[in-house]
Amino acid sequence: MALDFDLTEEQQMLRKMVRNFAEKEIAPVAQELDEKEEFSYHLTRRMGELGLFGPFVSEEYGGSNVGYLSYIIAVEEIARIDGSQAATLAAGNSLGISPIYYYGNEEQKQQWLPDLCTGKALASFGLTEPNAGSDAGASRTTAVLEGDYWVINGSKIFITNSTTDISKVCVVQAVTGKREDGRNELSCILVPNGTPGFITKTMHGKMVWRASNTGELYFQDCKVPKENLLGRRGDGFRQMLATLDGGRLSIAAMALGGAQGAFELALKYSKEREQFGRPIGSFQVNAFKLADMATEIELGRLILYKATWLCENHRPFSKESAMAKMFCSEMYHRVANHAVQLHGGYGLMKEYAVERHYRNQKLLDIGEGTSEVQRIVIARHIGVPGRAL
Amino acid sequence: MKIVVCVKQVPDTTDVKIDPKTNTLIREGVASICNPFDEYAIEEALRIKEKLGGEVHVITMGPPQAIEVLRNALAVGADKVYLISDKAFAGSDTLATAYALSKTIEYIGGADLVICGKQAIDGDTAQVGPGIATRLGIPQLTYVSKIREIDLEKKKIIVERLLEYGREVVEAPLPALITVVKDINEPRLPSLIGIKKAAKAQIPTLTAKDINADENRIGLKGSPTWVVKVFTPEARGGGGEILKGELNEVVPLLVTKLMETKFIK
Repeated sequence: MALDFDLTEEQQMLRKMVRNFAEKEIAPVAQELDEKEEFSYHLTRRMGELGLFGPFVSEEYGGSNVGYLSYIIAVEEIARIDGSQAATLAAGNSLGISPIYYYGNEEQKQQWLPDLCTGKALASFGLTEPNAGSDAGASRTTAVLEGDYWVINGSKIFITNSTTDISKVCVVQAVTGKREDGRNELSCILVPNGTPGFITKTMHGKMVWRASNTGELYFQDCKVPKENLLGRRGDGFRQMLATLDGGRLSIAAMALGGAQGAFELALKYSKEREQFGRPIGSFQVNAFKLADMATEIELGRLILYKATWLCENHRPFSKESAMAKMFCSEMYHRVANHAVQLHGGYGLMKEYAVERHYRNQKLLDIGEGTSEVQRIVIARHIGVPGRAL
Repeated sequence: MKIVVCVKQVPDTTDVKIDPKTNTLIREGVASICNPFDEYAIEEALRIKEKLGGEVHVITMGPPQAIEVLRNALAVGADKVYLISDKAFAGSDTLATAYALSKTIEYIGGADLVICGKQAIDGDTAQVGPGIATRLGIPQLTYVSKIREIDLEKKKIIVERLLEYGREVVEAPLPALITVVKDINEPRLPSLIGIKKAAKAQIPTLTAKDINADENRIGLKGSPTWVVKVFTPEARGGGGEILKGELNEVVPLLVTKLMETKFIK
C-alpha cells in the first residue's frame, strides 16, 4: 500500500473553502477587474485573512504550515476561477515569501514574513531584466559594496506584485562580482520599496492576468544596508534556481486549475447549447474534445501532485516540476482552445469566462521558465549529451 | 453565554433523486453539505460570542460521516462539537429527532440560547427547531432575520422575525430557541489555520444511552410519521400571464386586471 491518492481531511476541507471563496468572492468581479486592469487590494487581503499566503511557512512567522500540496490545491482552485488572482497568490508565495523564508536570516524573517503571510504586504522577486530572460545568469544589475551599504544599479522587468501600494520589498538578484571561473557572481539582496533610488513603474497593456500587478523596476545608486543580503554572497544563482523549481509547481497549478475551469465551462455549455435540435455535446466531434480535455487534465494533475509529493518529501523534484510546468501549461493551452471552440462565437466575447482563460493560458508557457527552458531542464536530467541548449 | 447550534448534514443538490421503491433519498454518489440555513445559525452564534463572550457548541444527529459538518463548524470557530450517532436513532422522524436533540442539549448542560436554521433543504419540514423548544420548555422565535438585543442581566432577547407580510419584533426571556433565515448574516469561510485545527480534532460521539434517551421515543419506534411516497408534483398547466412593457404601462394594466378578478377593490 505505497501508492495513495487520497487527500487528507485537511486538504479536502481546504479545497472546499478555497472553491467557495473563489466562486463567491472572485467570480462576480473577475471580468470587471480584468477589463479595468485593476489590482484588487480587497481580494488580496481576503486571501491573506483565509491564510492562503504562507501555507508552507511555519506558524511562528504567521504561516499555517499545512504543506506544499495544500498550497498547490489553493492555487489550483483560485485559477479555476481567475488567473489574475491566482497570479497574485502564486507569485506572492513562491516568489515573494519563499526566498525570504528559505534563505533569510532570523531578523529578516521576523521583519517581513508576518505581514506577508497575512496579505497585508507583498514581496516580489526581481530576476528578469530587459536583456536577461531565459538566460537569467546574464543579469546586468550590479550591487557594489561601499562601506556598510550595497549600491545597486540596473533594472528589472515583468516583476509580479512589485508596484502595488502594499508591495513592501523586492528580492533583487544582482551581480556582486566575478567568480574564479570568470562567470558573474550573483547575490540576492532585499530592497524595500520606497528606498531612495528604487523607482517603480506599473506595466499596462497586458494581454494576460490583467488584474494582477506587474512592474518595471529601476535602481539608480540605490543604497541598502549590507545586512540586506539574502543568505550568502554568491548564492544568488542557486537561490534563484531553487526558488523557480518551487515556483514551477505553482505555475503548473495555475495551468491545471485554469484548465479545470475552462473544461467545466465547456462541459456545461455543451449540455445547454442546442444546434440541429440537440445539445452540441452529444455530437461525437464535441464529445471527443471533452473526453480529451478531461483526460489531459487528469494527467496534468497526476504529474503535478507527484512532483509536489517529491518536493514535500524532500526528494529531488526539479525534473518532475519542469515536466509538470511544461505539460500543464501546454495542456491548458489545448483545453482553453477547445473550450472557446465549443462556445463558438460566444467564446470570443468578454462576457464569457472562457475568453479570459484563452488569453490567460498564454502566460503559463512563458513565465517562470518558458516551455523551451523546461525542455532544456528535462533534457539535462535525462542525460542527453551536451547542455541541450 | 452558552449557545448551542443544531445542524444537519444534507445532500448537496437541488436535484434530489428518490428511490421509487423505498421512497427515500438516494444518497450514493451525492456529496453532502451542511444544511445552508444551519450555516447562518453557526455564524450568528459566533457573532454573538464575539460580542458578548461565551461558548458555541454545535451538535448534529446523523450517520458517522455527518462528522464533516462538525469539522466545518470547528474550523470557523465553534468551541465544542458533538456527533449524536447510534443505530437506535435510525428512521427517526422530526418528532423523534427533536426529542433526541433536546435530550442532547440537556445532557451537555443546557443552553442560554439554541439556534437552528429555519428548515433543512432536504426535508423542508421546519419542525425540528420548534420541536426542540417545546421539549425543552423554552420560548421559540422562528424565522429570525435580526437579533436586535441580547440582555444577559435581564435574561431577555429581542429579535426581528421575517414574515410574509413584514417584520415582527418580538421579545422573549432567555433561555430561548431561535430559527434563522438567510437574511440574518453572511457566513464566514474558515481560515487555513482553522481548518488545520479542525481536521485534527477528536470529535466525541454520543449514543442514545449517553443522552439518556427513552428507546420508545427514538428511531422507528418513536416516529409516528412515515413516508408513504415522495414525488415531484406535475407542473400545473395554464399558469399566469407575464406583463411586458414599461413600468408606467404595466402597473395600471396590473391594477385593472386585479380589480377585474376582484382581488382588489
